[in-house]
Parts: sequence; structure tokens; C-alpha cells
Amino acid sequence: MAETTAQAAVEAPVKKKEATFAFGKKERVLITDPLLDNNPITIQVLGICSALAVTAQVVPSLVMSVAVVFVCAFANLFTSLLRNAIPKQIRLIAQLVIIATLVTVVELVLRAASYPVYRSLSVYIGLIITNCIVMGRLEAFAMAQKPWKSFLDGVGNGLGYGLILVAVAVVREFLSNGTLFTGSSVALNIIGDGSEFWINTTAESGIGTWFSWYQNNGLMALSVSSMFVIAVFIWIQRAKNPKLVDIS
Amino acid sequence: MSTRYVYTFAGLMTLVAAGVLAGLRESTAEIAAKNEDIFNKRAILSAVADPLAAQGFNVDELSGEDVLKFFEDNVNSLVVSAATGEQVEGMTVDSVDYVAEMRKPAEERQLPLYRMDIGGDNYTVIFLRGNGLWDAIWGNVALSPDLNTIAGVTFDHAAETAGLGARIKDDAKWVAQWQGEQIYRDDELVGVRVVKGGALPDDIHAVDGLTGATITADGVEAMLDQGLAAYKPYLNTARQSK
Repeated sequence: MAETTAQAAVEAPVKKKEATFAFGKKERVLITDPLLDNNPITIQVLGICSALAVTAQVVPSLVMSVAVVFVCAFANLFTSLLRNAIPKQIRLIAQLVIIATLVTVVELVLRAASYPVYRSLSVYIGLIITNCIVMGRLEAFAMAQKPWKSFLDGVGNGLGYGLILVAVAVVREFLSNGTLFTGSSVALNIIGDGSEFWINTTAESGIGTWFSWYQNNGLMALSVSSMFVIAVFIWIQRAKNPKLVDIS
Repeated sequence: MSTRYVYTFAGLMTLVAAGVLAGLRESTAEIAAKNEDIFNKRAILSAVADPLAAQGFNVDELSGEDVLKFFEDNVNSLVVSAATGEQVEGMTVDSVDYVAEMRKPAEERQLPLYRMDIGGDNYTVIFLRGNGLWDAIWGNVALSPDLNTIAGVTFDHAAETAGLGARIKDDAKWVAQWQGEQIYRDDELVGVRVVKGGALPDDIHAVDGLTGATITADGVEAMLDQGLAAYKPYLNTARQSK
């Protein structure tokens, strides 16, 4: 936690009168920065656990991302509102209570509003509580910033997390099953050994005959493969922007 | 900050969080219970989705109310004893706690059973519960009127990994494989094997395994074996009386 508190000090607010819900350049950076140059997964290396676990398919990754954006934004907001009241000694416990309460609210509301979605997600919802991004942002940002900015920071980091999650899931689902968006109404069957795929590798004629060598990569179905995929993303990102190399 | 403040803050915060969650849970309990009921009944109907589709019912498109109504009008739910295979009088399927039943010795179990008449044929749906890789798995197996051929299955799970173990529920191609499999071989209850690496195409007692989900797939096989063993007295009696 040493670095995160140091970071909080660096990001401490500049004393200047501002509109409460301004959305100028500075606020926009709070959303865009975590998408690339300060991405929670590839740069801050937070939230790796769930990025490894839930990225086998695109649709669960998308829903997980939405849930994390919600929890991250509101946990940041509530922590920021309470930042002057939370005693230093128990601030981590207080943050955990806020996160766990929000996650349970999401769970209960989903259960009443859309039971099938709740059932397909119940595993992931619990995972949000242990997601390091949420707590990392509470410590590094919301404990020292005004509510509106904290809220935006939460949205930004949730989106940055979701971006990588979905990108990894696209790679993994395509290479492991030859499909994308399985389980939704826009499911795409791209390549595989059956007539339901666009490119049928067992076809006697047509484009499929060019791909008769094609095999799904079973390794991509396993969690370990996201290690490789994320590593490649980090590699590309740092090769393109050498400034990032020295940060961590 | 004083120690007293810390304790007061912690106490208040816990109370507020507990209050919010308890209130929300209580206020949504009724609708959640109904949602769960519809979800479970839809899963049972999904096991006989094909015969229902032949009669013009698309299970996925039925509204929640329609599912409950169809169930009330057409489905005969009963509880059978694993020891005798006979119906337990005075017990309803809602009162069966399947988790508790599975802890009892096999012959003392009381099991839910659903019978329904679809287009003049009598289908039987049995309920199974077992263990996947991480947590419980369960499912409904619909048997055709011969009480031998599987008309359809639905599986579900508490916490299998998406894209791997969760394919017992999500992989429509794999689920469809179960249709037409037979659980009896020459009047002996043999169940269905889940074969890693792929079942022989003409084997009517085996389906393909799931790549990357061997333990979950084995769990399905074990669950079917245990479930069928418990329903065996009922199935044998019902087959003989035909």
C-alpha cells in the first residue's frame, strides 16, 4: 500500500474553486487516462485475477465490465463523500464495507429484476469484491479527492478494465472456439468444423477448403492463456509508448 | 481521532450497511422467489423443449406467467420414494430439499418427479444433483414414453467457469447430443457415459466429453449415475407396468 498512498499524495487536489459537476479537460482525462496510459490492468497491474478467470468468452466479460464500472464508480463516490469521516486506522475495513454493500446491492437488484442474468453472473458478482482495482482506486484516489472527480475516476478505471477484459476475451474466444459473443442474440460462428460456421473447415468446396488445416487452440480455453494475451498487450503498449516503461 | 470515534464510526457504518441490505433483501424476497420458481420450471420444460415445440409451444418465448400456468395445467408433480419406487402420499415437490436428500442413504431418499402429457405421449422428467469442479451442478433429464430414450436435458451449475465447465449449460451442441441416448441396455440400467476424446458415433449410451472441462463433464456422468440409481425402483416398476 506504500505506493498507493504516495500516489494519493501526488494526486491531491489543487486548491481552486471549481464547479461541482464540471466536465472540462481535467475531468475528461480522468476517464480517458485509465483507458490507455494509466490502464488499471496493463499499467497499474490491478484486477489481474478476474482478468484471468472470466475472459474465456466475450459476453460474460462484457457483463463483468459493466458491473465493475458500476461498483467502482459508486464505491469511489461514497468513499469520497465519507473521506473526512473515515478514521485512518480502519479505512481499509470501511472501504471493504462500502464495496461489499454495493456488490450485494447489485446482486439483490439483479435477482429481482432479471433472474436469468443473475444466475449466469452470480459467480462474477462475488469476484468484484476481491477485485483489486476497486480498492486500489479508493486508496489512491477517492480518499483524497472530491466526490464528482472520484466518481469519474471510478468510471474511467472501470472502463479501462473492461476494455482489456473484452479485448482478451475476443482473442481467447475466437482462437479457442472460432466464435464470438456466444450466448447472446448476436452470436457469431466464424470458423470451425461444422456447417453452422461461416468458414466450415470440413467443407468439400468453397472457402472452407483453404482452411482445412485450421484447428481450434485448446490452450486458449484455459485461464493461463490470458497471461500470454495480457503480456502481449502490455508489450505492444510499451513498445508504442516508451514513456510507460519506467513507470512501474 | 479518538478510539471512541473509531468504534462509533465502525458501529454506525455496519448498522447502515446491514440495514440497507436487509431492507432491500426483504422487499425483493417475494419477487425473487417467484423468479426462481419460474426459472426452475422453465428449466424443466426446456428438457422437453422439442416435443413441446412440435405442439406449438416455444419454451424460450413463453412468458413467466405462461410457464407457471402451463405447469399448473399440464404437469403432474409427484414425490417418489427411492426405496420402493412408489409415490409418497401427502408430499409435494416444493417440500423436497434436494441437498438434504442427497445426504441421506440412497434408499431413504424422496425424489421429485414430473410427468406431463405432450401430444398424447407421457414424458417423465427426473431431477439430478451432483458436484462439478467448483460447486454443485444439477439438471433435469426428460425421458420419452418408453422410459429409456432421453428426450432432452438441461444442466445448470452454481459456479463452473464460463467457457469451460459452464458449457454443460451453455453449449447447445453438447446438450443436444444427449437427445436419443438410452439409459437401459437390455433392461439393465446403464446410464450414459461421458467420453473424453469423443464417443463413438453409433454408441447410444455415450456422449462426447468437453475439452477443458473434464472434471465437470465427469461430474455430469457421476450425477446421472447416482440420480438414476435413486430413481431406479420407480423406473423399473413403471417400465414393467407398461
